[in-house]
Amino acid sequence: MTVSLQAIVDFIHNNFIKDDYWKYLANGFSITLQVTFFAFLIGFALGIFLAIIRVACKDLSPSWKTPSGFLINLLSKISNIYITIIRGTPTTVQLLIMFNVILVNLHNLKIVAILTFGLNSAAYMAEIFRSGIQAVSPGEVEAARSLGLSYMQTMSKIVMPQAFRNCLPAFGNEVITLFKETSISGFIGLVDLTRGAGILISKTFRAAPPYFASAMIYLIVVLILERIFHALERRVTHD
Amino acid sequence: MIKIRNLYKNFDKLEVLRGVNLEIEPSEKVVIIGPSGSGKSTMLRCMNLLEKPTSGEIIFKDQVINHGNIDINKVRENMGMVFQQFNLFSNLNVLENLTLAPVMRHRLSKDEAETKAMELLKRIGLPEKVKNYPNQLSGGQQQRIAIARALMMDPDLLLFDEPTSALDPEMVGEVLELMTELAEAGMTMAVVTHEMGFARQVANRILFIDEGQIVEESYDPNDFFDNPQEERTQQFLSKIL
Repeated sequence: MTVSLQAIVDFIHNNFIKDDYWKYLANGFSITLQVTFFAFLIGFALGIFLAIIRVACKDLSPSWKTPSGFLINLLSKISNIYITIIRGTPTTVQLLIMFNVILVNLHNLKIVAILTFGLNSAAYMAEIFRSGIQAVSPGEVEAARSLGLSYMQTMSKIVMPQAFRNCLPAFGNEVITLFKETSISGFIGLVDLTRGAGILISKTFRAAPPYFASAMIYLIVVLILERIFHALERRVTHD
Repeated sequence: MIKIRNLYKNFDKLEVLRGVNLEIEPSEKVVIIGPSGSGKSTMLRCMNLLEKPTSGEIIFKDQVINHGNIDINKVRENMGMVFQQFNLFSNLNVLENLTLAPVMRHRLSKDEAETKAMELLKRIGLPEKVKNYPNQLSGGQQQRIAIARALMMDPDLLLFDEPTSALDPEMVGEVLELMTELAEAGMTMAVVTHEMGFARQVANRILFIDEGQIVEESYDPNDFFDNPQEERTQQFLSKIL
């Protein structure tokens, strides 16, 4: 069997070029990237916050009787419940609940998706940061405290930089998972890359080209993310 | 310099320290020996409140530090500690390890701290390691730098918690040599160690601790090792000498 050059050109034209079909994929990809990026920001910031709250509560074991102790204990309890719920329920269900119940008055689908994935990722990132923090040698923490550094100074200069380094591999995985997970955005009608491919199929009636094309785009981005995280890991280890 | 009054420390139901009394005067070099699990490290760690005493008082420079409204960080600035596992900050290079605390605690400016760090590194013979990270150094080098790190704060008292126990035998000497130098320079030191040669040579007082109590105390190290008075001391010394 021979495939002529003309056949390939026709194939690409009929599936992607004609009637600006490619724009369904391109615009969808743009949405996928935006959702991933802003969800990542929320997940990262909230994840660090949740992890620090839980670690501080464990380290300091503050009394419920002082105002600041009460606050830390309360926040830690809320964090635990939050993480349990988020990790124990499917992301798709969370997305549907956000869209249909909690944010029912918010008509910007992109923001609904960003908030859902950001809040979801935060729970996972919190666990990753927490294990990274707990992997820091307790001896180094004692050494810092023995020199007179406060708990906060020790956290910011010794614990967090090492925790960040410890959890980079797991953290990279989480970013990749987050990126791929945004492909369920179509459940609420947001036209991301996956949904864009679906719409394209409804125009061409050929399933394989758009799905394979979107799969390839996801794969390329994942490979790029892997590269970035490997480079980061190399940068932060000094041997 | 530091007083311990009727110190008790329990870990859950385990009584580790059972009524320890001790006073260390300026420029003293007190060596603390005893079998493992006797509470000697715990006693040292209670002095700078890395362990919180169950009861009793720690009085540092005429101030009770284990209860009341005390800024423990301020107290610890004046009380250095050297650990068995060195505990250098693995994310910082040697210079940063030395300058972190004095700069963060506003003791010295960054420039002053770096100048002082270089002086100390020259003194301990490791000026060329200034940009190295801890994992690039031998155990002996790490421990000497850990001592220098403690010295950066100009402490009034230095606590040593088995500083040579994690070292390869050929590196013990260089660390003991530095400690001897410090002792001769007049530093007040409390040293938990198994190095009996160092104890004989440097200590002005020896404490033998067993089962959470000071069993025997002597201001004459040679006499302590040659004529131990208590039966438990004799048993311990016969096993290790």
